[in-house]
Parts: sequence; structure tokens; C-alpha cells
Amino acid sequence: MTDLLLKIRGLKIEGRADEMWQPIINGVDLDLHKGEVLGLIGESGAGKSTIGLAGMGFTRDGVRISSGSVEFDGIDLVKASAETKRKLRGTRIAYVAQSAAASFNPAHKLIDQHTEAPVQHGVMSRGEGAADAVDLYRRLRLPNPEEIGFRYPHQVSGGQLQRAMTAMAMSCRPDLIIFDEPTTALDVTTQIEVLAAIRDIVEQFDTAAIYITHDLAVVAQMADRIKVLLQGDEVEEAETREMLSHPKEDYTKSLWAVREFKRPQKPAVDSGAVPVVSVRKVTAAYGPVKVLRNVSFDIHEGRTVAVVGESGSGKSTAARCITGLLPPLAGSIMVDGVEMPADYRKRSKDQLRQVQMIYQMADTALNPRKTIGEIIGRPVQFYMGLRGRDRRRRVEQLLDEIELPADQYFDRLPSELSGGQKQRIGIARALAAEPRFIICDEVTSALDQLVAEGILKLLARLQDELKLSYMFITHDLATVRSIADEVVVMKEGQVIEQGPKDEMFRPPHHAYTDLLLSSVPEMDPDWLTNLLAERGVDNVGDAAVDKMG
Amino acid sequence: MSSVFRIILQRIALGVLTLFIVSIVIFTAVNMLPGDFAQAILGQAATPEAIAAIRQDLGLDQPPVSRYITWLAGAVQGDLGSSFAQANFASFVGESTGGGEVTVATQIAPRFANTMFLAGVTACIAVPFSIFLGVLAALYRNSAFDKAANVFTLSSISSPEFFLAYVLILFLAVLNPVLPSLSNIYEGMGFGERLQKTLLPALTLTLVVTAHMMRMTRAAIINLLASPYIEMARLKGISPLRVIVRHALPNALAPIINVVALNLAYLITGVVVVEVVFVYPGIGQLFVDGVKNRDIPLVQACCLIFAAAYILLNLTADIMSLLSNPRLRHPK
Repeated sequence: MTDLLLKIRGLKIEGRADEMWQPIINGVDLDLHKGEVLGLIGESGAGKSTIGLAGMGFTRDGVRISSGSVEFDGIDLVKASAETKRKLRGTRIAYVAQSAAASFNPAHKLIDQHTEAPVQHGVMSRGEGAADAVDLYRRLRLPNPEEIGFRYPHQVSGGQLQRAMTAMAMSCRPDLIIFDEPTTALDVTTQIEVLAAIRDIVEQFDTAAIYITHDLAVVAQMADRIKVLLQGDEVEEAETREMLSHPKEDYTKSLWAVREFKRPQKPAVDSGAVPVVSVRKVTAAYGPVKVLRNVSFDIHEGRTVAVVGESGSGKSTAARCITGLLPPLAGSIMVDGVEMPADYRKRSKDQLRQVQMIYQMADTALNPRKTIGEIIGRPVQFYMGLRGRDRRRRVEQLLDEIELPADQYFDRLPSELSGGQKQRIGIARALAAEPRFIICDEVTSALDQLVAEGILKLLARLQDELKLSYMFITHDLATVRSIADEVVVMKEGQVIEQGPKDEMFRPPHHAYTDLLLSSVPEMDPDWLTNLLAERGVDNVGDAAVDKMG
Repeated sequence: MSSVFRIILQRIALGVLTLFIVSIVIFTAVNMLPGDFAQAILGQAATPEAIAAIRQDLGLDQPPVSRYITWLAGAVQGDLGSSFAQANFASFVGESTGGGEVTVATQIAPRFANTMFLAGVTACIAVPFSIFLGVLAALYRNSAFDKAANVFTLSSISSPEFFLAYVLILFLAVLNPVLPSLSNIYEGMGFGERLQKTLLPALTLTLVVTAHMMRMTRAAIINLLASPYIEMARLKGISPLRVIVRHALPNALAPIINVVALNLAYLITGVVVVEVVFVYPGIGQLFVDGVKNRDIPLVQACCLIFAAAYILLNLTADIMSLLSNPRLRHPK
């Protein structure tokens, strides 16, 4: 074909680790035609972003292209001079980063950052650029397009920033945009607006795009073709519909299958049973700002209650109230029908033992200077009073529970473990206290789907064996579907709706629950189109904003 | 904006409190200096009566707490007391010179103005020079230029000040006589001549203070180069110099401002050696003379000025770093 825009051949990329060059990408080919959208998917470490950046002739520090060619419109970016590449970037190839909040410079207004590339490359004057920015903001359905550019990044919400960044990428009307996980950091309802805006604008200007994501359902909405990557190698590539309906490789099939893990609904709890944890009319605040208002829910023995909601809805604050880290202004926390002191400092060791937590970022939740044996051994000694050989035996037992061989892991440091293994250590540390109740705060959201599934299965098995109760904080409804028994929907510090999972996923819903549920991308490539049609295409953003208040 | 004002008021209140505590420390420390003014001025042969008379006349016989309060009350009203060394003790030794009292303030004022002039000239050269050098070192990091700049600034900061001063005198006053080697400035001198005479000590001090500021600029910028917004700027095809000056520098200002403030404070308080080498009539020499003569009011006043300069500069730096944060300047 003559309209080939980007042609990558035999691309090999190496990264420097431990004073040695280690391969990251092992020879990948890629073709992208004008106006086409290619989805790159894979788990973390697959090399998606590295390939995306290489498409701009860019490598991060400590990374180098060792061989192969990256031809953009006939120019080999591997061999091109720094100046040649610099002139292409921003004008003909643009980039949209994962976290707009981190990728906008905090020191400058949005519009100044928007017009920088066109002015610096001599494409437009500042005045023309600013007028064009307002036009793009309007096309991307940003609220107050005339005014929003004059704000600083911290004055604009995440979803709006992500759209402003897409507008910025469009500023010189590039031929190619690299979208690097642009919606991963967003709530589902916000994600829809951004996806719709990106898809629209790419179509309007007939821009080619590489869309990088780990979310299959998202890529299904955006891409014409999908390329699946695994540890720097291509697994397969096909048209989107073909790929979704007939994946050829086992790895692709396994990715597809993850979304099907689902535990059966448990029978209803006896009406007389005393809940393990009962949150009663809790109101809490950070300073003058009330973040929880009159929140009540129960968690029964051996059950999982999923607390869902967007960021800022008060999910994690509720957990902080239960643990006593944030004493509520009003209301009480009962464990086994006994009221707990509001402040954790006033709770007895046994009361503290009952409630344990597993955190989202296992990376930061484990002390990097302690070995696994010490990390798990600490609560064993503190709560159970075991020392010496008894303590070691118990830690080994716990490692066994979380399916990590004790003899291999006991003396390792957290940095020597993978993300999933670290999260397992977090689980073992919580189990060491022999609690009745564990709060799981977004425990799978930093993990790849296959790894996350392993963690969910482990938690399910532990629940059955040990009669544990879980409070599962998450914004991922797929996770809720797979493991929850009951669901609590929160919004702006209040419980909007709660009930057994099967009921919650069956209509009729509360309007907000409906918005949340219908916003979860599905594997159907027509899902976004249909949803937008259903909601009224032109005001998808506004509709979501209205509903969210 | 109200939160910024509140923070600034807090800082100012803290500054005043610090100054108060420092005044206690100064008073205690100066009064713990060995030796006694009356003994020092009258010599070995002094009669106990004469010593007692002088002590009484100067108020040295009062208990320390009441002396402190008198001193502090005076200092708050701008009265730093009278110099012991310049006082007229003629009556005690039976002679009369007819001179009046010399206040510490009149003694210090011209010297302090000179010191501020030298510090000002140095700052005008050193601050832009260091930041410029730091930006270039960050831009060409790990290059020969970067290494040369580091070696140059580090060796100048590691050399004793008098050595640097003599090297500069050798090259700029002796071998190429472009600048005067003596900085004997006096009242009523024209600005141009004064500037010319101040240039050599100012250059010496520039060499002394450049290293910290330049290296902090370099480090603060390089620290930010891994940020996503810097990567974004590079991916927008922005030129490397502009990436650093426009995207990294504004976000690196807070630590740079703090190091600049510390070095400016050093220029006001710590330049005795340079003053001596160039015979520059600054406050440093006056201070050292005061200590030698056990001239307690003078020493206390100098210490208080030095402390106030430190506190004021750090306060300014604090406020400027706060204001360099767009989140505080433009709240939601």
C-alpha cells in the first residue's frame, strides 16, 4: 500500500539494568497506514510504551534501540539526527501520556502549554494557536472552552486534563498520535467521555493513532487492528473484530478468559445473625470538609462486601473509619456486636487484631529493607506472641497459605519479588494477625489481569477456609462481579444503593448505579457507539457530568 | 490567596520568635566571654576601686537578667547602646579629652552600609552567574563542560578565601593592573569609583559562593528531568534549552532560592577574611575588633544584625519558594 505512514521492522530495544544491556523488545514489526488506529495490548513489561515511544524515535534514559528501523513517512527515525526528530515531534507525531495530571507542567497555564509546540515549530502564531485551542477544546466537549485554557493543571479535573492533553497533541494537526494508556487513571464514567472525545477527534482529522492499553474492552472500542504483545514479542495481530471473536494464540485466549472468573452468589444471611463488622450511621470529615455522611452497612461472616464508587466517593475513608485511623464525627463501628473505640490508639491489641488491611500499592506497603520473613514475622510476634522457632514455623505456614514456597522466599527482600508476589506477601501479613475481617483497598488495580485473577482466587479460597469477611474497595466492576456477595455503591460520601450482587447487577438500578454499570467497557466493538447513541452522542460528557452533579 | 497570607504571617511570627531566642543566646554567649572590659582597659596595675567604678558606670555590676532586659528594650527601640571602647573614661584616670559618647549605631551604620554594598555587588554578579552556569551544566550534563564547571567551582570553594583573593590580586592588580588591590572606600566617594574599588573583593566572594548555588541549580533541574511533564515537553519537540529553562527551572526554584538565601546571608556575616585582605571597611572587621576589646555592646549589636540578616533572608526565601508554587498562588 502506498499510504503507509509508520513502518517498523525488526525493532530491538535494550534497557540497562545491573550494568548490563537486557533485551526489552526482541524484534517487532509494525505497519500503520494513514488514518488508521492500531491497538497495542499486553500486560506490564510487554513493551507497549517502549514501542509507542520508539514510534517517535524516542527512548527513555537507560534504554536504546539496538537494531531495526522505524520509518515514519520514509524517514528512518533510528538513524535520523536529533534535530530532524525534534522537528517531527509535536508537529507530525504527537504523544498523549497516561497521567495528564503528571504530564502537564504544573507551572504553566494549559493554553500556554497548548500553543507552545505550534509557536516553537513556527506553525502558528500564539494568537492563532490560542484561537485553535479554544476550537479544539470545544470539539473535545470541554466545559467553558473559552476559559478553561487559562487555568493551571491543578485547577482542572483528571478527565478534563486528559482531553486537554489530546487537544494539545492535535495542536499541529499531526499525522500520527501515540496514545499511551490515556484512560487508565480515570474512573469508568470519566473514561467514557475521554474515549468518545478521542475517537471523535481522531476521525474528524483522519489522524493515524497507536492506542496503547492493557484493557481489552477499551482497545476494542478504539482500534481498527489489534496487536498483542508479551514480554517484548508479538503474539499475534488481526483486525479488531477478528481478534475478539477468534483469537488464535493460547496467550490471547487466556487474556480474554480472565473476565469470566465469577463466584456463585451465596445464600442470604440468616436474619438474626450478628454481622462481623457493622458500620452505623458514620459521618466523618477531613478538617472542615465532610467526606462521609451517615454511612451504614454490615459485613457478615464469610462474606465479601464490595464498596464501589468513583474516586472521591468516600470508599477509602470508610475503611479508615473502620480501622480507627480516622475517628468519625458521629456514628459507630461495631465488631461482633461490640462497639469499637473510635480511635485505634484506644483499641486493645485483640480489637486491633480483628481488623486487618491489604493495600493497593504492595510496592509502598512493604518495608523495602526488611526480608519477607521479618515482614510477616512482625505481626506474628506482635499479635500472637510467638518467638524464635515458633514464629518461623508460623511464617512458613503463612507463606504456604499464599502459595509461595517458604524456603525460597523467607530471606528475600520485597524488591526481588514481582507485583503479584508482593501483593501475596501483603495478604500473608494480614493473615498473620488471624483476623476475622480484612479490608482490601483496590488490591488488584495495580496488577495485570492474569495476576489479579490469581490474587482474587487466592482471596476466595482463604475466605472459604478461614471464614474471613472482606470489605473490597474497588472501582472495577469486573472485580465486583467476580468475587462480591454484596455491593455497596457510594457517591460523594453517601451510600446510594446496597444489596446482594445478583440484585445489583439486575435492573432496575438507581440512576447512578446504572451510570456506573453501563460505563464499564464491554468487549463488543460496537459497545461505545451503541452506548453513545443511547445516551445521546452530543452530550455524553454533559450527561455524565449532570448525573454526577 | 488567604492561605498564602496566613502562611506568610506565620513565618514572620516565627522569624520574630527566632530572633528573640537568638538575642538570649547572643547575650548569654557574649557575657560568657572570658575577660572583663574594665580589666582590659585599665591594665594589670588597675586598682580594684577604679575597676569597680568603671563597672558601675557601664552597668556591668547589674545582674545579667536586668542587663539583658535593658539591652533588649533599647535594641527594640533602635538604641543599641554606647560603645565601651570609644567611651570617655578620662575622668577615671584624671585627664579630660572633652569628647562625647559614641553610640554603637553611629559606629556600625557606615560599616554596615559598606558590607551591604559589597554583598549587593557580589550578589548581582554571583547569583545570575551561578544559575546560568547551573542551567548550562544541566543542559550539557556529564559533558566536558559540566565536569569543568564542577571542578572549577568546587576547587574555588575548597580554597581558602585569602588564597583566592591573592590569586585575583596577582592576576587582576599586579600582572594586569586593571583593578585596584586596595578597597579603601570612604564616605562621599562616587558610585563608579566605589564600584571599581569593590570589584575585586566582590569577585573573590563570587568564587566562594558560586559552587553551592550552581550545583543546587544543576541538581534541582536534573532531579526534575525524569518527570512526565519534561518527557512530554521533549515529545512536543521543544528544544533542549527551552525544556530546561521553561519547563524544569520554574519547578526547581524552591531549593535554588533557599541556597541563594543562605549564600547571601554568608556574604553579610562571614566575610572578615576578605575584608582584611582588601582592607575593606566592612562590618566584619569592626566585629572582630569589638571582640578583641571586649566591647560588649558592639559585639552584641553585630551578632544581632547578623542573626536578623540570616532570619530575614531565610524568611524571604521561604516566602518566595511558597510563591513559586502555582498551587498556592492559584488555589482551586
